[in-house]
Amino acid sequence: MGTELTIPSDLSEARRVQELIESALSAAAYTEHEVFSIKLALEEALVNAIKHGNQMDPDKRVFVVYKVTPDRFDIRITDEGAGFNPADVPDPTDPDNLERPCGRGLLLMRGFMTEVEYHGRGNVVSMAKVREPAPAE
Amino acid sequence: MASQQPRRRRLEVEDIGDIAVVNFVDKKILDEQNIQMIGDDLFRLVDELGRRKVLLNFGNVEFMSSAALGKLITLHRKLQAVQGKLVLCKIAKDILDVFKITKLDKILTIATDEQAGLQSFA
Repeated sequence: MGTELTIPSDLSEARRVQELIESALSAAAYTEHEVFSIKLALEEALVNAIKHGNQMDPDKRVFVVYKVTPDRFDIRITDEGAGFNPADVPDPTDPDNLERPCGRGLLLMRGFMTEVEYHGRGNVVSMAKVREPAPAE
Repeated sequence: MASQQPRRRRLEVEDIGDIAVVNFVDKKILDEQNIQMIGDDLFRLVDELGRRKVLLNFGNVEFMSSAALGKLITLHRKLQAVQGKLVLCKIAKDILDVFKITKLDKILTIATDEQAGLQSFA
């Protein structure tokens, strides 16, 4: 469906993926705000896959497939971890949870992207950013 | 890689009256190890140097992920515990959305610029 990348469970490799995607978005004339949104969601999703999914295991990999079109950006990130149920993540905006460190990454992915969906056992996440039409002059 | 140098300075601290004004050296606040060190430096201001009023200037920061937010909340709590105050200022619009989406803008004091930030300690 698009560009495929396979990286080891290494956060510096995640940066490389981000840089490649950032270049592709800039080449397709995505706005600074759109690039920021996608980069942030990507950061959160890749850190989740490497840290929580693969538990930083160097023998496990992360598979990335993405596609940039003039209208939308799509990405699917698969790790080799045990997966999780997103419904089990406590709501980090609940006043009782505001100081807990977990769940904010997922919240930001949902806040900055148009679509975020988990698949299978929860080790696969697909995200999309649908571009908004430019405001009329 | 700059992030491989653990003793590198990550914060610039300037005293304006009794307020510690902190600027971040890095444009991107990422990586657990880096964030851990930024957190340690920030907590030292309160725990060891006895600062009670801390103004964090985000003017230089272009990118920040959720990993840094926990440190800011801990700093806020530390200052609250000693009747101090934490204020954040000059946050770029996109990064401000990070605070809004996570609703941390409800518990942290956020000022538009440094001047307004300094005044919010009055």
